[in-house]
Amino acid sequence: MIRLLAAALALAAAPAAAETVAITGGRVVTMGPAGEMERGTVVIRDGRIVAVGADIAVPADAKTVDATGKIVTPGLVATGTALGLIEVRSVETTDDRGTAATDFSAAFDAGYGLNPDSLLIPVARLGGITRAITTPAYKDRSDRELLFAGQAAAVALDGRAMLMKRGVAMVLDMGDAGAERAGGARAAELVALRALFAEVRDYKARRAAYDRGKTRDYTLSRADMDALIPVVEGRMPLLVSVNRAADIRDALALGREERLKLILESASEGWRVAGEIAAAGVPVLLTPVENTPASFEMLGATLTNAARLAAAGVIIAIEGNGNHREREMRYNAGNAAANGLDRKAALAAITINPARIFGLADRIGSLEAGKEGDVVIWDGDPLDTLARPTAIFIRGEAQPMTSRATELRDRYLSAIPPSANGETP
Amino acid sequence: MRRAAFVLLTATALAGCAASGRPQPASAPAADAAPVFDRDPYPSTYHAPAVERVALVGATVLTATGEEIANGTVLMEGGKIAAVGASLAVPDGYRTIDARGKWVTPGVIDAHSHLGAWAQPESVDAHNDVNEMTDPNTALVWVEHSVWPQDPGFDAAREAGVTTMMILPGSGNLFGGRTVTLKNVPSVTMQGMKFPGAPYGLKIACGENPKRVYGGKGRSPATRMGNVAGYRKAWIDAQDYARRRDKWEASGRTGEAPKRDLQLETLAGVLKGEILVQNHCYRADEMANMIDVSREFGFKIRTFHHANEAYKIAPLLEKEDICVATWASWWGYKMEVFDAIEENAALVHAAGGCAIIHSDDPIVIQRLNQEAAAALSAAWRAGIRINKADAIRWFTANPAKALGIADRVGTIEPGKNADVVLWSHDPFSIYARAERVWIDGGIVFDRADVRYRRHSDFLLGQPGEKR
Repeated sequence: MIRLLAAALALAAAPAAAETVAITGGRVVTMGPAGEMERGTVVIRDGRIVAVGADIAVPADAKTVDATGKIVTPGLVATGTALGLIEVRSVETTDDRGTAATDFSAAFDAGYGLNPDSLLIPVARLGGITRAITTPAYKDRSDRELLFAGQAAAVALDGRAMLMKRGVAMVLDMGDAGAERAGGARAAELVALRALFAEVRDYKARRAAYDRGKTRDYTLSRADMDALIPVVEGRMPLLVSVNRAADIRDALALGREERLKLILESASEGWRVAGEIAAAGVPVLLTPVENTPASFEMLGATLTNAARLAAAGVIIAIEGNGNHREREMRYNAGNAAANGLDRKAALAAITINPARIFGLADRIGSLEAGKEGDVVIWDGDPLDTLARPTAIFIRGEAQPMTSRATELRDRYLSAIPPSANGETP
Repeated sequence: MRRAAFVLLTATALAGCAASGRPQPASAPAADAAPVFDRDPYPSTYHAPAVERVALVGATVLTATGEEIANGTVLMEGGKIAAVGASLAVPDGYRTIDARGKWVTPGVIDAHSHLGAWAQPESVDAHNDVNEMTDPNTALVWVEHSVWPQDPGFDAAREAGVTTMMILPGSGNLFGGRTVTLKNVPSVTMQGMKFPGAPYGLKIACGENPKRVYGGKGRSPATRMGNVAGYRKAWIDAQDYARRRDKWEASGRTGEAPKRDLQLETLAGVLKGEILVQNHCYRADEMANMIDVSREFGFKIRTFHHANEAYKIAPLLEKEDICVATWASWWGYKMEVFDAIEENAALVHAAGGCAIIHSDDPIVIQRLNQEAAAALSAAWRAGIRINKADAIRWFTANPAKALGIADRVGTIEPGKNADVVLWSHDPFSIYARAERVWIDGGIVFDRADVRYRRHSDFLLGQPGEKR
């Protein structure tokens, strides 16, 4: 009994991934320099990929996973999501995406308050998503509107402690929403931002004086100014939601003048200024299925935006349909491919590209020796609705292929008489 | 093509209209007659697009009658399907379209849309005409009077193969108002899109929305029991109204005619089986309650919309012959949709029921085939045996049944209206795009021809025009 208990304790204490896994026989799409191989092997040891190739010897101690006839890809990386911060949208206590606190905005940090037990996580994971950029959302009140939503964090979706990296981007709305927050005009926001960045630079140079109360009054709180220092230094990207072509140009000009590192988000009319975005070296996160003119800043929305941006040389990442519907991210990539984006580029837009854009490409986004062991085995084309993952590894650990939704399904499935029609393919 | 529009309350009007076979024009009653309700005061002015004789040859055809025909031929003539089958000979006089490697299905039908009533740009308040949230019972409103035919969403849906849609009022009220069924043709007027002879529906909403809207205003309903009390009270009034009308009719229209009441006319139309109940209802227990309400007052529920817990009562819904219009992927945005599963439609289907994939959304309406594919692959993952030839019904034949137009559209069968989509790929593939779309045998979209894109006046001269 005691021995059993000790064994159980040892099991609990050891990193769950302390084993060697060899995924063999599948078509391996690495999204890295090794490209694709018709029959490849991926070896994961102690949570990391140690070898990928067509002629890899399977280590003697490895647990072998046969992927013959299947497709092996890196785990997918979701952007524009709040996984870990939300449970039921209409239940306010389960929504930690933003704050209506009065004394900070840029300092809000999505790396705190993350819930690895969120029921959304297994649902997203069954869509092949293993990592996410959890992004704060504005929680405005009419008497207090924030310029910045706060800082995004990179997270892992294996149900363990989620936080990978804090402060991967500072989140800002421009265009319609930003103008409204700044007092009702685009110019107001552009002026306010320039003034704020000047204050942050001033504060950065006079922190000691600030502590002695020997500086002029600043608009922002100390916490917000501290949070913005890496932004004005060009170390933390400013993630700007923006749609209208003219607003994109304004954002690019702001970035150039203030020497900021930018990421554009949404960019419905990005295709109209694709060359300028590419020339500025600014990546774009977008939801390619959002093709309706939903507002006056999105009149040029089109299904071909992703393809046109990529053709101009812009690095793009494709977003899902938001939190509960994050699993549709790969379908969005498939839709971009159906509308002109190269299929390999579409897969890159949900793997290596988001990893690169958020400074995580040394850890995730491709199947390469040294990277963390996020691997998905698919029974078909990962971009296609009819395909599903058959196995998912995160940090080297096999993930359960269930969610609360599949448990509900199984509870009620038995009451349904077996169907007479059709065949299972 | 047009059949007599349905009668609301008077048999006399039906006879008058059926004789002409056309919708009754609004006309002044004879001086000595009591006022007669015009049962179709906003008649369809739809005209089929220019009809051609077309043979689609060599495609894989999903007929939505349960068949998948390899190397199939579909003949369209006079606005109807003339023939469908494998390797049919093409008669003289048909324009042949080489469809080898491609797929053909009936036109896509969305059983739940707000296009036109909540038009693009949807962020503009002036375009939100979908929810008359001024009283829990607005059975008196007709959503067709909110439809703006210039909504660019109609164009986007047409380019995705959608040929017919039911437009519903919103779900903020217990009784949201009348639905309208539209053909997805470019038109300056709503009447020009109106599906001739399609029955009206009545939007009823369960659950969180009405109780939140009116509870928030400090009035009833503030709870689910308040919701049900609200339905019952309204049906009692409707029964009384119908009885008074019937009595007056039975008396040979002697004496003062009961005053018309728009709200009660619609409810009485449901009691008489002329208006179909389209019920927004998520939870299994609430659907069961609504079935009991319908029994208490003697009407039928045609479709539960959203119905994300239909899988918990699938055999009951099959027995009651109530369709289920739902999604595969939507869940978790409020408590009543917490238990949604991807396999919902498949479980309803497996129980022998009428499963529908609907949109409720201007983006999802453009990929009902993909939403159905997600539901289908979830079914396969769960070991449920459903093939594509059956799953195609989820966005064609079954919504046609829910809308009461299955005798005209929803399948590819001789005699049916020639509403047809030619797809670049298997429609259950993510890569499938509608290449050509026909409504009543006339082409309304051809991806290769720019003249068929972007009809909406709104986009003229705008940045999106030449996208």
